[in-house]
Amino acid sequence: MLRKRLLHAARAMTTPLLPDDYIGLLNPRWSTREATGTIVRVTPETEEASTVVIKPSHEWSGHKPGQYLRIGAEIDGVRHWRAYSITSDRDHPEGLVSITVKYVEQGLMSPWFVRQARPGTLVFLGEVEGTFGLPEALPAKILSISAGSGITPVMSMLRELDRRDAVADVVHIHSTRTAERFIFGPMFRELAQRRAGYALHERLTGERGRITPAELDTLVPDWRERQTFLSGPRAMIDAFEAHYLEHGGEDTILRVERFQPIIGTGNADVGSGGSVSFRVQDVQATCGVGISILVGGEQAGAMLPFGCRMGICRTCVGKLRAGKVRDLRTGELFTDEGQTIRTCVNAPEGPIEIEL
Amino acid sequence: MTTASAPTDHPLHRLSPEELEEIGQAFQAIHDEVRADLGDRDAVYIRSLIEFHRRLAALSRIALMASRYPPAWVLGVTGLSVAKILENMEIGHNILHGQWDWMNDPFIHSSSWDWDTASTSVAWKHSHNYLHHTFTNVVGKDKDVGYQIMRVDPKQAWEPRFLAQPVVNVLLMLAFEWGVAFHDLDFEEILKGRKDKKVLKEELKGIAEKARRQIVKDYVIFPALSGRKGFKRTLQANITANLVRNIWSNAIIFCGHFPDQAYTFTEEEAAGESRGEWYVRQLLGAVNIDGSDTFHLMSGNLSYQVEHHLFPDMPSSRYKEIAPKVKTVCERYGLPYNTGPFGKQWLMVQRTILRLAFPGGKVRPKAPPYVAPEVVEPSRPTVPAMGGPVPAFP
Repeated sequence: MLRKRLLHAARAMTTPLLPDDYIGLLNPRWSTREATGTIVRVTPETEEASTVVIKPSHEWSGHKPGQYLRIGAEIDGVRHWRAYSITSDRDHPEGLVSITVKYVEQGLMSPWFVRQARPGTLVFLGEVEGTFGLPEALPAKILSISAGSGITPVMSMLRELDRRDAVADVVHIHSTRTAERFIFGPMFRELAQRRAGYALHERLTGERGRITPAELDTLVPDWRERQTFLSGPRAMIDAFEAHYLEHGGEDTILRVERFQPIIGTGNADVGSGGSVSFRVQDVQATCGVGISILVGGEQAGAMLPFGCRMGICRTCVGKLRAGKVRDLRTGELFTDEGQTIRTCVNAPEGPIEIEL
Repeated sequence: MTTASAPTDHPLHRLSPEELEEIGQAFQAIHDEVRADLGDRDAVYIRSLIEFHRRLAALSRIALMASRYPPAWVLGVTGLSVAKILENMEIGHNILHGQWDWMNDPFIHSSSWDWDTASTSVAWKHSHNYLHHTFTNVVGKDKDVGYQIMRVDPKQAWEPRFLAQPVVNVLLMLAFEWGVAFHDLDFEEILKGRKDKKVLKEELKGIAEKARRQIVKDYVIFPALSGRKGFKRTLQANITANLVRNIWSNAIIFCGHFPDQAYTFTEEEAAGESRGEWYVRQLLGAVNIDGSDTFHLMSGNLSYQVEHHLFPDMPSSRYKEIAPKVKTVCERYGLPYNTGPFGKQWLMVQRTILRLAFPGGKVRPKAPPYVAPEVVEPSRPTVPAMGGPVPAFP
């Protein structure tokens, strides 16, 4: 009550700004308007991937193993956002949090994290989200199928199991191009030595290609009885999902984490494309096949809000005023006028009007 | 070069469609080049300025707690006036234009920023960003031509109420922030019964809320913090700072479109115009003010009114850099580049306001086409040497 009164009095003195704006002058990290963190260190895991360890400015409220963090950074004056799986244990003794980032050649944020971010750099912390991960009641038997950077949520799940001394029966198949490129490879190998309940199959795709569903029966004969955690590129997930649907038992549980590259830049061959009329910006844009409303608008010079660019954070939403849009991830069509749509993952299907 | 010539034929009508197209492309290229170059240095600029404003405002308020001592009073009033001017002009006006939206910063953004003035940001963005910047100097459509209470252009029909405008002018100068806030409501629309009652009520409520907060802050809380002996002095100080800000912003803003050089347009002239014509109208309708870097900063770079009207969403800190390129376009197509010293421009505006209070009045002479001043290479001292003179100080 007193606190509320004080805050009210302080606001009356700082209007139209907030007391926080002045507190931020003393130390930007004291600001409560948005969650920030400081990079403590960047540790290379492989040649292409690094773990970025962050000290949040406020006490870490925890995460479930397998969840991802929306994280923002300022690169050449512009704030960008992405979502990365959290790889740290939720009970880190110093309250630190880490994400592990794989360098993507045409990327923007991943090269920044891997090559440029330095200790002391300020980052912005968004929400912790995602339903992928260990359920409250731990499954008796687990199968984990991962590939490439899809390893990251698996890391935090196994960390949790290991800490709780609950590595009972886990089979883990990981596809990696070479043994050296296996992110956290040494840690998983060490875990396999130490824990009898953890069996690791390393699949080198450089030699034999990624694992296919057909191999499951030989590699893990009891796969139907296991709760499966699937995490990796789209093609692999689609193949396994179809296989589980067709051949899985009635009680077989499959949990999936899709790792989307940035979409909407023309790399998805979905829909017809179309024109976009941005009502507020007063800009006309044309989107080719697979080009999102956001990317098309930016190319036409509109200044649009954006966040993760992968359909997670809802920073980029606008109201659809006319026309049809298609979700580039699912192919689903939306036609309701007044509906709020994410411009980063939706593309126009013919001419549309949007309130942005 | 800056001396006015006799009224020439209207540049907008003299240009061919091809020339207009080229002008449109040339201006668009200037815009796109800057847009592609925006980065860290710009972000640092606006953040430093915001930080400077907050420090200055806080320190001035602290100084004013001792306002019963004259030196503290003078220091506090000066600091607070400067802070308020920076906050309204270089920071608030420009952020609300969306000049810094490219940073994707959730707070330094036209959709979330609020400023220390009576206008709500939403109403102001409509009347200013949309109506004024789209229909600039189109008499009858741009409500900023005389702000619906004054006659500043002979194209506006004279009415007896304009006889009062020399007085109205002074009152507006003193109470400029309130004038702008009520101007945003759009009196003409209200009188003609075209304004939605619900919208009007909402907007009035918005102004009342902002007014209440400003009055409580400037005229109750901070004076009270100076103690019983200092209350009156701090109250006077805060009134003075708000007055200084009002008079200054009024002067700068009036010099943007009302000096003699600015062209005005009819609705027919602006109907169905091309991109090139739009740029030319913005160029002809705006007038710069000559001055130092500090002067430009204190005027929110509205002293680069020409550049601002060509590129309202470009960060103001870039106007100085692109001014030479804008002048080059003017010279190439025989267009004027309207500018003049502050005192002269301001007096011109006052003369127009006084003259047009009465019926009649004719269009004032416009500036001739821009010609770049000849660059004279400064002669360097040389020393004779074998094979000819060499510079003494290479």
